[in-house]
Amino acid sequence: MSVSEMFIALQGSLSVDQDVREEIRKVVQTLEQTAREILTLLQGVHQGAGFQDIPKKCQKAREHFGSVKTQLASLKTKFPADQYYRFHEHWRFVLQRLVFLAAFVVYLETETLVTREAVAEILGIEADREKGFHLDIEDYLSGILTFASELSRLAVNSVTAGDYSRPLRISTFINELDSGFRLLNLKNDSLRKRYDGLKYDVKKIEEVVYDLSIRGLNKETSSAGGEK
Amino acid sequence: MSGKEGSGGFRKRKHDNFPHGQRREDKENVTSSSALMISFKSFQLELDTRHDKYERLVKLSRDITIESKRTIFLLHRITSSPNREEILNESEVKLDAVRQKIKQVAQELTGEDMYQFHRAISPGLQEYVEAVSFQYFIKTHSLISAEEINKQLVFTLEEKEETTNTPSSNSHDKQQHTWSLKVTPVDYLLGVADLTGELMRLCISSVGNGDIDTPFELSQFLRQIYDGFTYIGNTGPYEVSKKLYTLKQSLAKVENACYTLKVRGSEIPKHMLADVFSTKADMMDREEGLS
Repeated sequence: MSVSEMFIALQGSLSVDQDVREEIRKVVQTLEQTAREILTLLQGVHQGAGFQDIPKKCQKAREHFGSVKTQLASLKTKFPADQYYRFHEHWRFVLQRLVFLAAFVVYLETETLVTREAVAEILGIEADREKGFHLDIEDYLSGILTFASELSRLAVNSVTAGDYSRPLRISTFINELDSGFRLLNLKNDSLRKRYDGLKYDVKKIEEVVYDLSIRGLNKETSSAGGEK
Repeated sequence: MSGKEGSGGFRKRKHDNFPHGQRREDKENVTSSSALMISFKSFQLELDTRHDKYERLVKLSRDITIESKRTIFLLHRITSSPNREEILNESEVKLDAVRQKIKQVAQELTGEDMYQFHRAISPGLQEYVEAVSFQYFIKTHSLISAEEINKQLVFTLEEKEETTNTPSSNSHDKQQHTWSLKVTPVDYLLGVADLTGELMRLCISSVGNGDIDTPFELSQFLRQIYDGFTYIGNTGPYEVSKKLYTLKQSLAKVENACYTLKVRGSEIPKHMLADVFSTKADMMDREEGLS
């Protein structure tokens, strides 16, 4: 094979690769759009009035996750199944965002942490690498960390809305989450950097709880609490 | 939150080389049995396994780089050595040793998605491509193809003691008897781009030894590669286009050398040409430092 033939073949394989990436990028863009829609929807819970109709908002968000499922399903078809990590960078970010949204919805519904399996289920993908298009563990954890900082906002805003018991529950929850993350031996990578932000969220929530305790507000029954 | 203090102290030792068994014993004391803690414990294990594998691969990659570099240095000595065959044989032995390392990489990657750990091994593979293509060029005066390289990277179970020595592959030994690793097109291209730098050096040093034909041959070969790279242009990733600049510089040096040879070759006796070139190469190095 002559040198120029070799380079023609190489160029061919590179441009095939580029086309695949282009296709992936298109699908990822629609996914990002859907994720933004869900986020806008869920942001409503921070509004004073929003606390009442949390269940309704969650239900709506669940409907949106239906379209996420179909979009992810079409993403799967864009590249060979055994080359997940070759193109991983393209959907990493949006997948983390979707984990955050799913975790938020599940928390609002049940006040528990969504498991990796449950997120995968909501998104219609696998939790296990061997089974196909899966949720990478680091992406799951990153998404959870984004969700944690959303919780600190929720604690603040629920006080504003007059729900004084929710911050206490959030505090217990995030403390457990924090001790979970402490178990992990993180490398000096992006996940580590995000984890370092978790302590500020914990601190913020502790401050809210402190403010409530010192004024004896945590003993009052909540007047405008969404549930109870 | 009984787990909090205990595991907090524990976190400080992040990323150490403690054997896993011992770590888990520590943890028994802080066990909190909530579902969340249980799942995070499994995450810990999963992340540790992944990071350990990554580190092992980085180490292998570094070994591959070092050995490949040494092979290249060895091959450069061919211009001044009277015994060509001996050096070629020695380089073959060295490259075989490198391939054994690559075999270990392939074993580590059995059942994994190669691209997940690609960043760890890519530098080593590029250096290997450089070394192997350099040797191939000296032998045959042509460019080794990616297929040819990959063909050499299919390993079968022949040296029993080799494979049982690597602890990670023990469990695979029974079911699997071949391992293979593929150099990706991009790694191949980057390796070849580095090869041109070596060829440039080979060209200058061969003139220094009074070899007049090699430079012309080399310049032709380099031009072919350069044409190839321009054909690829920016289809490839950023790194490939970046190498194009260095490649152009190497080519220019060789072309200038050829020019000088043609112009001055007729007037200067062969043994003095070496001096002309050593000063010229020196000047070019200085120019490079400025830019």
